[in-house]
Amino acid sequence: MNEDRGDVVLSVRNLKTHFPTDDGVVKAVDGVTFDLHQGEVLGVVGESGCGKSITMKSVMQLVGKPGRIVDGQILFKRNRDGTNTEEVDIAKLRTNGKKIREIRGGDIALIPQEPMASFSPLHSIGSQIVEAVMLHQDVSKQEAKRIAIEKLNEVGMPSAEQRFDAYSWQLSGGLRQRAIIALALACNPSILIADEPTTAIDVTTQAQILELLKRLQREHGSSILFITHDLGVIAQLADHVVVMYLGRVMEQGAVSDVFTHPRHPYTRALLASIPSLHSEPRIELPTVAGGIPHPLQRPNGCPFHPRCPDAIPGTCDVAMPKLLDVEQSKVACFLHHDEAEEADA
Amino acid sequence: MHLFILKRLLIAPFLLAIFSVIAFVLIQAPPGDFLTSYIAELAQGGTSIGQEQIEALRQQYGLDRPTYVQYFVWVGNLLQGDLGTSFEWRRSNAELIGERLALTLTMTTISLIFTWAIAIPAGIISAVRQYSGIDYVITVLNYIGLATPNFLLALLIMWFAFDQFGVTVTGLFSPEYVAAPWSLARVADMMSRIWLPALVLAVAGTAEVARVVRANLLDELDRPYTEMARAKGLPEWRLVLKYPTRVAIAPVISTLGWYIPRLLSGGLVVSVVMSLPTIGPLLLRSLIGQDMYLAGTIILLYSVLTIVGTLLSDILLALLDPRIRTA
Ligand SMILES: Nc1ncnc2c1ncn2[C@@H]1O[C@H](COP(=O)(O)OP(=O)(O)OP(=O)(O)O)[C@@H](O)[C@H]1O
Ligand SMILES: [Mg+2]
Repeated sequence: MNEDRGDVVLSVRNLKTHFPTDDGVVKAVDGVTFDLHQGEVLGVVGESGCGKSITMKSVMQLVGKPGRIVDGQILFKRNRDGTNTEEVDIAKLRTNGKKIREIRGGDIALIPQEPMASFSPLHSIGSQIVEAVMLHQDVSKQEAKRIAIEKLNEVGMPSAEQRFDAYSWQLSGGLRQRAIIALALACNPSILIADEPTTAIDVTTQAQILELLKRLQREHGSSILFITHDLGVIAQLADHVVVMYLGRVMEQGAVSDVFTHPRHPYTRALLASIPSLHSEPRIELPTVAGGIPHPLQRPNGCPFHPRCPDAIPGTCDVAMPKLLDVEQSKVACFLHHDEAEEADA
Repeated sequence: MHLFILKRLLIAPFLLAIFSVIAFVLIQAPPGDFLTSYIAELAQGGTSIGQEQIEALRQQYGLDRPTYVQYFVWVGNLLQGDLGTSFEWRRSNAELIGERLALTLTMTTISLIFTWAIAIPAGIISAVRQYSGIDYVITVLNYIGLATPNFLLALLIMWFAFDQFGVTVTGLFSPEYVAAPWSLARVADMMSRIWLPALVLAVAGTAEVARVVRANLLDELDRPYTEMARAKGLPEWRLVLKYPTRVAIAPVISTLGWYIPRLLSGGLVVSVVMSLPTIGPLLLRSLIGQDMYLAGTIILLYSVLTIVGTLLSDILLALLDPRIRTA
């Protein structure tokens, strides 16, 4: 792996988040492992339903009922004041307990997919930002308001002072997205989780928002987990990429490496379906041959084998390959090594 | 905001004018008039009166004039603050209605407070703890509340109070205060009794409101803004009460307008069963006796209350939701 990456701030190890339903257990996230390093943008791609959002929600302990983290670790290096660091295993924290509430918004902030619906329509955007500031910082109301306006200015909200009292439905899509980013930044979090933050807005605005995120990330040195369907966006923004399929990581590595030398057949299929990465940066995730299996009917062995052109009968349909270092990246595929996960009990 | 209220206030007189016509037409709709039913009653009692006498009475009451003239005389008097006289009771309508209306409104208000004070918290708990033990308990209680006719509940309570404690819980006053003039003691006596019928009246509404709040809140709890509030690090109860609940109770508040007249008429059977001196039985009697100006005035008062209730709920909604305020 690259030696020049910063310290690991978030290490997700063998994370499993399951949903017990009447028809069976939906294994939305089933053994996801990745590291987020200080000051990098880690892109997460994969087809719809592969567990990207649930992974991110797990990191913030926001998985709704009946979902539950059943296994694994989410090790977070918490460093509020810049001196002493503590390591917290978020997977072990009580949902909605005090500790996770301090981390949410304070250390790890969310930039949600739907900026329109993510502000309460009944409260001004300013009051919602002030609320976040006052939750995590010991400041007066006036000071919190000053900080909120400062953040609105920082994200390029025109006439921020007047917009402080505006309601989300009075803003355009792009401004709303900026306001949400200001809210996320309110308490200077060390990690930003952006769950497809630009799907709901038009192309031009989308480019501006990505530009903004890049700038903020450079200025604050924060780390960003960036979820998207859009491989073009990953190429533009991310340093490293995690490719997910059916609740598992298939391949992971530096964007420059993975996109030029995809090793997993799934990554190859994803990339092949984009005509040209650089001339056409907004192609949505393509249809890889075959459909995604129903979440309750996960194939045995490698989950991708029924759709895989290179599947090895008797191997890929029997055991799940481990995610192992292959040259500069990590790949979970028997074409590259022959180590399997131990079967679940 | 002021403009918003002003607009609604300006519409009110037009609505009232329309309601007055409808009320009048409805009352005139049954065949015959007060005299026909009066004569029928006399005949049942074995008395009969002559044709001239009837004509004289008809003239005296103005019943011989064309309908539209009767309407305008009625409305004209109303506009001058004269609510007219009851044929049957031979007393001024204002006198007949006054105290009953005050008692009815008091009972309705208390009943509404009970409804909201019980139903809104119950609905919230039920939604937040969906499918938990307490949710099932509240849901079952809701079904019982919805399915129990309130007069039956009134009868059960009356029987229970009498059987167990030897207390009679009918009426709104203890015997010594029934005819007494108004005093603090009389108010206290009324308050010590009025909560029971108010509670009986509140039961069905409580069940209904709790169900509405539960369903609405369940929707709102899944909204991105609720999750965003959680992602900010807000404590669960604080965020539930501050954000989704505020959206979820809006439909409840918007029913305030029709809640008042519904309670007035819904309380009729309970009032009869518990012999409450409220306005419902008076309206019933006036309709049976075709005591048209009394009936018309009461119906028009219902309309006024509905308009006032709707205005109140509009103002509350506007306070709750800036989108309404700025519309
Ligand atoms: N409440 C739930 N009950 C049962 N299964 C659920 C629930 N929530 C999510 N899932 C399952 O979890 C899986 C992963 O969902 P997730 O939202 O993480 O997908 P995603 O990769 O973010 O997809 P998209 O790109 O469409 O946002 C899905 O297969 C879904 O069926
Ligand atoms: Mg998602």
